[in-house]
Amino acid sequence: MTTAVTVLYDTIRWEEKALLEAGKKKNIDLQMLDCKKLSLDLDSEVKDYGTILQRCVSYYRNLHSTAGLEGMGVNVINCLNTGIFAGNKLFTHMLLKKQKISTPFATVSFSKEAALESLEKHGYPQIIKPTIGSWGRMVSKINDTDSAEGIIESREKMYPIYQIHYLEEFVQRPPRDIRAIVVGDKVVAAIYRSSGNGSWKTNMALGGVAEKCAVSNEMEDICIKAKNAVQGQIVGVDLMESKDKGLVVHEINNTTEFKNTVRVCEVDIPSLMIDYAVESSK
Amino acid sequence: MTNCPECDANISIPSDAVEGEIVTCPDCGASYELVKTAEGFTLKPAQTVGEDWGQ
Repeated sequence: MTTAVTVLYDTIRWEEKALLEAGKKKNIDLQMLDCKKLSLDLDSEVKDYGTILQRCVSYYRNLHSTAGLEGMGVNVINCLNTGIFAGNKLFTHMLLKKQKISTPFATVSFSKEAALESLEKHGYPQIIKPTIGSWGRMVSKINDTDSAEGIIESREKMYPIYQIHYLEEFVQRPPRDIRAIVVGDKVVAAIYRSSGNGSWKTNMALGGVAEKCAVSNEMEDICIKAKNAVQGQIVGVDLMESKDKGLVVHEINNTTEFKNTVRVCEVDIPSLMIDYAVESSK
Repeated sequence: MTNCPECDANISIPSDAVEGEIVTCPDCGASYELVKTAEGFTLKPAQTVGEDWGQ
């Protein structure tokens, strides 16, 4: 029997188990492949993977395994370009702008001095984010010059990626953001994520609370454009409700988590993902 | 049911467990990855959450 779908993972979360269950329910030949056990002969024949759903939680493992497999001719969802573009907040910002999709005002500076100058020019507060990173780690709100000097000086001693000082406006918005799950050309569900502990960060990994969000035509249109901007197929689009600009996209996730979205929206996202993967291999 | 290698507390393994799944000791909080063997699942210390993890 030929494998229809391979779920490539490095740790089994709720999402990966749900994909496995969806495959069983649909009676398709689905294999689970642990990326930590994978060794690719990059110049050899392609093995029988079918379509690969890339689910590695590690950014570098995800990106490099996609590069290897896609280069060997395997259909990987999402593709390498999506991993590169969506995995980097600066790259995403530029692609969103190019497609005229509203996104928070941002600057990038390449030294401490230039970053401080930019902060003084555009005013406080601003948000500093690593261009690569997730779960809200090392994302800080800079309220004044003193905190700016401390935070940026610390980063100057870190790995070079943290010395790319990507600064974003602190968007005036309700204390929540939106995570919309896009499968192909449809937003299948969306949730509001409210910060659970009075923090301004809304990441579920930091205790954010999920509630169902109705998908408007406007939101659907923005999310599809955002997905296309990074050449994605199955993505999670993060939006904020800016008081000045309306819906703004601030992030696109190429290996999106969807446990809380399934829980509060009661939409069978894993089955929709499997259907999409099977269809895309035809 | 198996025992935590760190503190010896009982760790229950879900009936629908799959290889690679992470279980956490309810007493000491240590995390383990499930490894399938002929006798069932055994535990190995889970990889620490990496700097580059998450979405």
